[in-house]
Amino acid sequence: MEPFKTITSLAAPLDRVNVDTDQIIPKQFLKRIERSGYGEFLFFDWRRLQDGPAAGEPDPSFVLNDAKYKGAKILIAGKNFGCGSSREHAAWALSDFGFRAVIAPTFADIFFSNAGKNGIVLIKLSEEDVALLLDRAAKTPNYQLTVSLENQTVSDAQGFHATFEIDPFRKYCLIEGLDDIGLTLRHAADLDKFETAHDQQHWFQPRA
Amino acid sequence: MSNTPQNSSKTLFEKVWEQHVVVEPKGEPTILYIDLHLLHEVTSPQAFEGLRLTGRTVRRPDRCIATVDHNVPTLLAERFNILDQIAAKQISTLRENCKEFGVELYDIGSREQGIVHVIGPELGITKPGMTIVCGDSHTSTHGAFGALAFGIGTSEVEHVLATQTLPQDKPKTFRIAVEGELPKGVTAKDIVLAIIGKIGTDGATGHVIEFAGSAIRGLSMEGRMTVCNMSIEAGARAGMIAPDETTYAYLKGRRFSPKGAEWDAAVAAWSQLPSDPGAKFDRELIIDAATLAPYVSWGTSPGMVAPITSSVPDPAATQNESERRAFERALEYMDLKAGTLLEDIAVDRVFIGSCTNSRIEDLRAAAGIAKGHHVSTHVSAMVVPGSQAVKDQAEKEGLDLVFKAAGFDWREPGCSMCLGMNPDILSPGERCASTSNRNFEGRQGRGGRTHLVSPEMAAAAAITGHFVDVRNWAAISATAEVN
Repeated sequence: MEPFKTITSLAAPLDRVNVDTDQIIPKQFLKRIERSGYGEFLFFDWRRLQDGPAAGEPDPSFVLNDAKYKGAKILIAGKNFGCGSSREHAAWALSDFGFRAVIAPTFADIFFSNAGKNGIVLIKLSEEDVALLLDRAAKTPNYQLTVSLENQTVSDAQGFHATFEIDPFRKYCLIEGLDDIGLTLRHAADLDKFETAHDQQHWFQPRA
Repeated sequence: MSNTPQNSSKTLFEKVWEQHVVVEPKGEPTILYIDLHLLHEVTSPQAFEGLRLTGRTVRRPDRCIATVDHNVPTLLAERFNILDQIAAKQISTLRENCKEFGVELYDIGSREQGIVHVIGPELGITKPGMTIVCGDSHTSTHGAFGALAFGIGTSEVEHVLATQTLPQDKPKTFRIAVEGELPKGVTAKDIVLAIIGKIGTDGATGHVIEFAGSAIRGLSMEGRMTVCNMSIEAGARAGMIAPDETTYAYLKGRRFSPKGAEWDAAVAAWSQLPSDPGAKFDRELIIDAATLAPYVSWGTSPGMVAPITSSVPDPAATQNESERRAFERALEYMDLKAGTLLEDIAVDRVFIGSCTNSRIEDLRAAAGIAKGHHVSTHVSAMVVPGSQAVKDQAEKEGLDLVFKAAGFDWREPGCSMCLGMNPDILSPGERCASTSNRNFEGRQGRGGRTHLVSPEMAAAAAITGHFVDVRNWAAISATAEVN
């Protein structure tokens, strides 16, 4: 996992609530057995016109098709971002597309966990702050945000400055780019001991 | 491990959690032991690949069960000759991974195959007090047995394969009590749709819901699974229901249930699990069952639901700007106008199936509506049993004949049109009455329009060609309008 410290980047506004993982990466791309290459399928249906003679062509009104947001590493969105399916493909697609941080008022639980395991920092700001950033990102040419994970701050050149909460352990893992399995295996002795005792309770066994 | 009696009052969730704490490292998430890991073809290949790349093995293959459900065709002829080569490759990859790592696979053609959340309970693998995970958000289904069951991502699948544990932050608790008697024609599906409509799709984020109250206790295990299944649609980490006599009656004698003295010991352990009197929850909500009706979703989020007796809501009546825009966008996608009576919405397709509503009781209920009638001439309807065992049982009871006589397609088990990863999808613009769990844009096929309902409501819509109030089915089905 790529370590995360501070980034300054273009910020793309996705002004929708309840953005579900079916939209982030539609089902037809879940059949692949690889872990990479999902970026081109990010928001697949929203990025393309659905009807008319140009169906299938890029929808110019969709934010990520707008040239001025090309290269954005920060996405700003409405509440409950990442709801729905547990598909980690959603995090892989965002990461592969180039996003390193998503700012929203709230995130769904499973997506929250998946994003962290792929080096994406999820930043919860108030509804008011998110509305302000969405507006600025939509109206300001070359709108850039700076996210400092170390200081837990989001700021822009127009004087916006907000701090965000993050669990200290999650922060440490993101900054260091740590592998979860390795971290758990530090407790191998505890695990062996627990498991030996737990196995004696047969009602916890899947197959009696 | 705390299997000793506790003096302080605890919730069901807290008891199950505490029995699975391996270690609580200071300043870090708890390492939680996982009793059962369910696997399927879609979210596992990259996890097994991760094990290979790091030279790790599956720590406890005996605590893993795999099946194929998401991609499998539901037409018999296609099941052993999958035309979609990418889907076929994903399924063959699961076969190879299970063989290499020693995981039992219930493959296509086996009598155990089915939707992962249907087969766990019916085989007696799912049991009270267990911790259960699967790379699928609807793992919450298993909470109906008093298990702590939740969906995980693929990195976590790899983590569980390697360590049989997960680092977890302890969720908060949310008790939702549905009290009173459920009106006739109102089902478990309607209970959960009503709850999501009330608290919203992020209403339980960060919480484990315990569903309680007399209306919940009065549900069968199938009904309880339907309720817990859709906990995730309210944003919950998991949904749970305390085990009781209904739970034990369901489990007794199942293939992997304990037998003899082990059964007695298991029931004794399970009987300790229900929340203690006076146990504290972070949040509580009480719902009067008598106020519930059959529900229909009208939008593109499972919280966008309304009783069948009402009409499509007006975005102007919403609380705030972002909600108003979400409503407007949903109505545009669904091609619906505010004020349209839900009963006036005509459907093109009907799907009865999914991990929410594909169990034997669901099929009995739908067949009860369909019996003696015929699917409307402009509707195409299909029934997809949740598992091979459900299909076999339904055929034993003659339900397949009822459905076929009524003009429904009778299919082979799998996830099917709930998410359309197999060939069963809606065409753009098609409107579907579906017993599944998500009405997201494009969920059942690009441009498809999904209305979530109970099996009874779906079957009735198939017959009449539009939504009707199943509480009046006797009168409706007696009229000449039903063809």
